[in-house]
Amino acid sequence: MDVETNQEPPERPAVARAERHPGPKEYIRIAIILGAVTAMEVAIYYADVPHPLFIATLIFFSFVKFSLVVLWFMHLKFDSRTYARFFVMGLALAATLYFVVLISFRAFQG
Amino acid sequence: MAQAVHEAHGADHETSTGLPNVKLGMWLFLASECLLFGALISTYVLYRGSIGEGVHPIDVFDIAYTSISSFVLLASSLTMVLALSAIQRGDQVRLRLWLMTTAMLGMVFVGGQVYEFTSFIREGMTIKTNVTSGAFYTLTGFHGAHVTVGILMLLSLVVLSGLGRLGQERSQVVELVGLYWHFVDIVWIVIFTVVYLIPAGTAR
Amino acid sequence: MASVSVPAEGARPRGLLRRPTATTGVWSWITTVDHKRIGLLYGATALLFFLIGGTEALFIRLQLAEPNGQVLSADTYNQFFTMHGLTMIFFVVMPLSAAFFNYLIPLMIGARDVAFPRLNAFSYWAFLAGGLFLYSSFFLGGAPNNGWFSYQPLAETSAGNGANFYAAGLIITGLASTVSAVNLAVTIINMRAPGMTLFRMPVFIWMGLTVQLLLAFSLPIITVALFEMLFDKRFGTHFFDPKTGGDPVLWQHLFWLFGHPEVYVLILPAMGIVSEVLPVFARKPLFGYQFVVFAGIAIGFIGFGVWVHHMFAVGLGPVANTAFAVSTMIIAVPTGIKIFNWMGTLWRGDLRFTTAMMFAIGFVGLFVIGGLSGVTHAVVPSDFQQTDTYYIVAHFHYVLFAGAIFGLFAGLYYWWPKAFGRRLSEGWGKAHFWLMFVGANLTFGPMHMLGLQGMPRRIYTYPARLGLGFWNLVATIGAFTIALSVLVFLANVIVTSRKAAQHEADPWDGRTLEWTTSSPPPPYNFEEIPAVHSLDDHWHRKYAEGKGGTLVPVPAGGADHHAEAQSGGHGIHLPGPSYYPIVASIGLPIIGYGVVYPKLWWLAIAGAVVLLVGLYGWALEPSAE
Repeated sequence: MDVETNQEPPERPAVARAERHPGPKEYIRIAIILGAVTAMEVAIYYADVPHPLFIATLIFFSFVKFSLVVLWFMHLKFDSRTYARFFVMGLALAATLYFVVLISFRAFQG
Repeated sequence: MAQAVHEAHGADHETSTGLPNVKLGMWLFLASECLLFGALISTYVLYRGSIGEGVHPIDVFDIAYTSISSFVLLASSLTMVLALSAIQRGDQVRLRLWLMTTAMLGMVFVGGQVYEFTSFIREGMTIKTNVTSGAFYTLTGFHGAHVTVGILMLLSLVVLSGLGRLGQERSQVVELVGLYWHFVDIVWIVIFTVVYLIPAGTAR
Repeated sequence: MASVSVPAEGARPRGLLRRPTATTGVWSWITTVDHKRIGLLYGATALLFFLIGGTEALFIRLQLAEPNGQVLSADTYNQFFTMHGLTMIFFVVMPLSAAFFNYLIPLMIGARDVAFPRLNAFSYWAFLAGGLFLYSSFFLGGAPNNGWFSYQPLAETSAGNGANFYAAGLIITGLASTVSAVNLAVTIINMRAPGMTLFRMPVFIWMGLTVQLLLAFSLPIITVALFEMLFDKRFGTHFFDPKTGGDPVLWQHLFWLFGHPEVYVLILPAMGIVSEVLPVFARKPLFGYQFVVFAGIAIGFIGFGVWVHHMFAVGLGPVANTAFAVSTMIIAVPTGIKIFNWMGTLWRGDLRFTTAMMFAIGFVGLFVIGGLSGVTHAVVPSDFQQTDTYYIVAHFHYVLFAGAIFGLFAGLYYWWPKAFGRRLSEGWGKAHFWLMFVGANLTFGPMHMLGLQGMPRRIYTYPARLGLGFWNLVATIGAFTIALSVLVFLANVIVTSRKAAQHEADPWDGRTLEWTTSSPPPPYNFEEIPAVHSLDDHWHRKYAEGKGGTLVPVPAGGADHHAEAQSGGHGIHLPGPSYYPIVASIGLPIIGYGVVYPKLWWLAIAGAVVLLVGLYGWALEPSAE
């Protein structure tokens, strides 16, 4: 990935990975992708896609948008892994626990 | 503190990991928030197929309208990172401009939500109508409350910057508010798909 | 981060109020951000609530002492057993553990304060506000009376405001605990002294980290459930009302998703304390340090995967019940590992039977009883017989009273000289221990029998023909024995406080960093932040290993890493005290009253304004973090 040269003033020492954040150009590029994916989501909604494919595609797109924001805008791709570990811990725990709860209600059947 | 040994670590000599306390704390808080919104979203998923009486969310959704709201919130994430980028460069004017834009977009989103809620109520779906409507208003209401808190923080930053109390050396404050703001955005990304788009598919 | 310097006079024109400056007196406690003082506040508050919750328990036992008891009415009984449970869990064991964490985490990892000192003060005041808010319900038409688990739809359809106070009160204390969890976790991860690597941290700190993560990840779940319950009651939603499509089982899932990790939140601190006390009084390192640490982490992790064992009788089906029966049996393994490690620590140790040691050993012994009866619940058919009987009551009191409370008392006797410069009297202490030990077994042992005889939980009376009278009477006698032991403890505290302070820095020949500094420690904790070279660093500064594993004292100054110490605490920057944490926290119960009483809705807005004023004052306070 082309991490653009950071916009830090030279007098601040660059600390490890933590400060190498992307610049405006890259942010705008990500935002364009995000907008495009959202447009596709809405397009899929209005197009008459068969049901299982419909849900799979939408969940995939949602996942892509989620990851783009977390990795670029929230800098998890560039920052220390420690942050990512905590966040993924919460996210994975939430996903697992609530999935099990919903399964026990048979919420995904019909 | 703890200057003795951490000299070896360079600039961030303050902490054991070299990471700022506030940022670590914010990420831990956001991880905790995952379980909060997870519970709200799960409640909605559990109840969305319920066959209670009255108007259901799925009957009144206006996807075109909500799509625009989603675009607005996504755009506000972009302006938020641009604000961060500005303060990291020391550009106070652009900082205020982008912070203000982010807050405005946030207000458009919340205003849109208020309008959406009132039009739903006019169409006969209140929080009491059925279990699904209650779950819908609770989930989106919690999200809207989070956006509102974010707007308050953004406006406070604009004022601080105007008073000259948000110098380049305090860019971390903007970064923290940004993390919170983007988190609220990703929660909406999930809500938009799970609450608005998917149930329409299952209904067909 | 903690070392926020207090700026010189005149250099602070902005901010609503001047930063408070008192160092003694009431205002110094109200505005304090010193982790040690906040720890003492937590401890004192928890002990006060312990007396209240204990008194409620005595009334419960009086009522049940004989068939057809007349001491309490059914409704008062319901309020008392509910508030007893809520008090002991949320306002005794959690804050008493928080007291130890607050006081000791910075001292044991070699820090000057926690990561966010003002947030720490906010946590305490918000916790106190939540407790007072909940207790005010007694005077405002009746306390919560549906059990601490508040099963739906019983709770939300019950008359009165008790359930509203329950929901709003627990949301407030939950917020306090979440904030404190983030704060303490960041402190442990980020504020360690040089050389204090993760695997040089005392086991108590490891348990602290695990508990904070459990809290941070489990409290949001109950918060959502409480909001949904509150919305059902106040705004007419239907989350848990089966008549209108809601599902009470959702409440049980959300409650126990929080409730089971919460059990480990209550017990892991005591396990951490015992893991510190046993090695010191056995004069041996903890047997299998890594195993104890990993077992603790495993308990925390698996603790999220066993919640359905509280719901075996709900009817989720054989697959769910079997899966969670297996996970529940698995969680007994790391617990068993810990027990063996503690026994290994005692094995061939040079044992000193101080009161702290006796409480720690009492913890290990009695916790095994509670643990074993717990394993019997994991067997689903057996659980069907036991569920909602006194057998369950016996089990969790062995774990939480004979376990957690014994562990916490071990900690009180062990660290008392550090906090107050005086050892608690050993004579009174041993009387306290033996009375409490006998009392606990006399109270909770017979409950196994009662449960197996079929006595249901939560009933306020029973007819004589069921033949439950004898063991109930024994349990009541036991409860008063415990009460007597608590009085002995209070007498001990009073007697001790009248003695001259000895100020021994290291009265027990300890192993961890808190014993390197004076007793009580100075506000800045350490004159020089210690450099850590090994696990049990303080011990290794005092003793070297001679031939055949004998301990040889290191001559004073021989291996003294403090040689480089300079400047008796001068030039150390400490966070300044602040008014804003208490201001912000006062807003919370005001919002609570506004939510509970529809006619007083404006109170919610007023409370929000107070909260905002507090937070803005806080954010704009000069020399902020």
